[in-house]
Amino acid sequence: MVTTEELKNVRIPKAKDLMRKEDRLAPGHRLCAGCTAGTIARCATLVCESDDLAVFHATGCMEVATTIYPFTAWRVPWFHNAFENVAATASGAEAAYKVMVRKGKLKKVPDIIAFAGDGGTYDIGLQSLSGALERGHDFVYICYTNGAYMNTGIQRSGGTPMYASTTTSPAGKVIPGKIQWRKDLVAIAAAHKVPYVATASPAAHRDMMTKVRRALDVDGPAFLLIDMPCPRGWRFPEELSIKVAQQAIDSCYFPLYEVYEGKEYVLNPKSKAIANKPERKLPVEEYLKGQGRFRHLFRPERRDDLINKFQEEVDKDWDYLLKLASI
Amino acid sequence: MTKAKVTKGKRIGMTGDEAVANAAAVINPDVVAAYPITPQTIIVEHFSDFVHDGEVDTEFVCVESEHSAMSACVGASATGARVFTASASQGVALMYEILFIAAASRLPIVMAVANRALSGPINIHGELTDQTVCRDTGWISMFSESAQEAYDNTFLAFKIGEHPKVSLPAMFGLDGFILTHALEGVEPLDRKFAKDFLPEREMKHPTIPGNPVSSGLLALPDYYMEVKYQQELAMQEALKFIPKAFEEFGEKTGRHYKMVEEYRMEDAETALVTMGALSGTTKFVVDKLRKEGEKVGMLKVKTYRPFPADDLAKALKDVEAVGVIDRDLTFGAPGPALYADLKTTLYDYKERPQIFGYIAGIGGRDVLVEDYEYIYKQVLKNKGTEKAVPIEWIGIRK
Repeated sequence: MVTTEELKNVRIPKAKDLMRKEDRLAPGHRLCAGCTAGTIARCATLVCESDDLAVFHATGCMEVATTIYPFTAWRVPWFHNAFENVAATASGAEAAYKVMVRKGKLKKVPDIIAFAGDGGTYDIGLQSLSGALERGHDFVYICYTNGAYMNTGIQRSGGTPMYASTTTSPAGKVIPGKIQWRKDLVAIAAAHKVPYVATASPAAHRDMMTKVRRALDVDGPAFLLIDMPCPRGWRFPEELSIKVAQQAIDSCYFPLYEVYEGKEYVLNPKSKAIANKPERKLPVEEYLKGQGRFRHLFRPERRDDLINKFQEEVDKDWDYLLKLASI
Repeated sequence: MTKAKVTKGKRIGMTGDEAVANAAAVINPDVVAAYPITPQTIIVEHFSDFVHDGEVDTEFVCVESEHSAMSACVGASATGARVFTASASQGVALMYEILFIAAASRLPIVMAVANRALSGPINIHGELTDQTVCRDTGWISMFSESAQEAYDNTFLAFKIGEHPKVSLPAMFGLDGFILTHALEGVEPLDRKFAKDFLPEREMKHPTIPGNPVSSGLLALPDYYMEVKYQQELAMQEALKFIPKAFEEFGEKTGRHYKMVEEYRMEDAETALVTMGALSGTTKFVVDKLRKEGEKVGMLKVKTYRPFPADDLAKALKDVEAVGVIDRDLTFGAPGPALYADLKTTLYDYKERPQIFGYIAGIGGRDVLVEDYEYIYKQVLKNKGTEKAVPIEWIGIRK
């Protein structure tokens, strides 16, 4: 059993050593320019040994863009079943690997990563995820959230931010985009009292990779929610993906933290720095105004009421997180 | 509780569900992922006993829904493991989406279906519709007449599905309550037989560490059709292999099965055709009618998919009239499942009987000896008519 203290001490190899490894996700896939899903997948799989890894994938952008028959961009074992069931699919595979280990056909249960988007996790895949977390299967579930069903053309999900204009929550003359806040998926996962839950961002890639390694080293299930800026769906220039991810952290819209054993909340360096020096917190307006999905908050006229409401919601969540992290 | 390490040659009293659980325990699959539902529940309960008493090596994944049951089966089977599950009615309906994927991924998962009527209205009793609606999923589909046959089908389903040229999932039905809960004498098989009859599953491209294969890819209009065509070819291979599997099973156990079982069909002018547990009563009625001098026989369709078209045509070549008894429904269609398939099959044959359709036993309603006799009389009455005869619902209050 890996203890919480041991987990906190898990470190990943130096960047130069990681860069010598062959990418598990090969170039030539068909993800959009500036898409951070590829960044996340490459980083996450680089902290595994390629002969000790199996990747399971929910239907979604990354799945369709990396495996168009008869091509695949994956250099590791990879399996896709359906949209809402990657957690159950990985559960079955993990069970099978356990039997193989017992029968001497495998040395150990390999690192198992299940990838799914926010639609496949917050919404249609939530039951499957909950079941797998409760049963305690030894795998890492990575939800890469771009805050909408991007694969089907930018429809709102339970992970879409308030006021975002999507094709099913458009900024209309009466209703200004999505009217609900988002589901607290991290809290839902943590409520299962699994050993390890964390948020991560491609803007803090070493932090993200360390978290993937910690999640894999856990005995039992682990859940990671990774912010995935989407130039196409969020309407920003594709060279700005990492900057937008950085703004999400700096504004505390997407803070970085870990939850050990469902109860111990730990803020990670970038968010910890803001907690220590609140003046560093970026007004969320800076995050919103660079993205076309929030354009109606600024044009044709500035909607201070909506911008302030958004800021209020961010502040509420952030203050609550600080309380959980005992800061 | 009946133990898994049962001995061959001795008949043991078991319900149909217990029989299936026992057979699965003898087979000792790598992974079972299942969810409870009446009238299947006894299978998973009984199998859980075997797991918790250490009588099997199986990883039992007690999932939170049937959708996840089939999803976990797919994940497990994709690694090359031998995988079993069981469900019924709403459970099978909830799995429906993933059934197609299991077949397209060519994963020889085996599922027992405790055939039960579908909601609504909610009903827990016997009916085959939950399985007949799966006919387009790409699964091999068989039915059982008795607990013994359900027991044997557990072995046969693995044998057929895992054949390298077939490589398809296989389901077999046992009528809810009529078979699942009724006690019968079942002659069990042992681990030695299982090992011999079912050699280790060999998978060409398993999802295992060190084997960088991608499976479950997106196939667009340029390739999708070929993938589906390969599934059809696999079904045709199954049609060729199934009789061989039955033959080997018969040689080793003394219990002989056919895709289409012919019962007292010698010189028969009329035939009743049915599937599942109705077959048992039909045989009884045929015996009774034969005693009364009627030239009647019965065909039991054991393998519903692949559909044994040639065998049926051959068996019905000299028959004048057929009554098809379906314990399944489809609405606004030319007729229920077996009836429609049989009629389609025989259209191409010059020598073919007249076919009349009957729907009986829906939602677990008893089908009595008198009902079969009535059906037989109706077939005789309709014989020779040149008008289309509508499907008749037996015993319906209009």
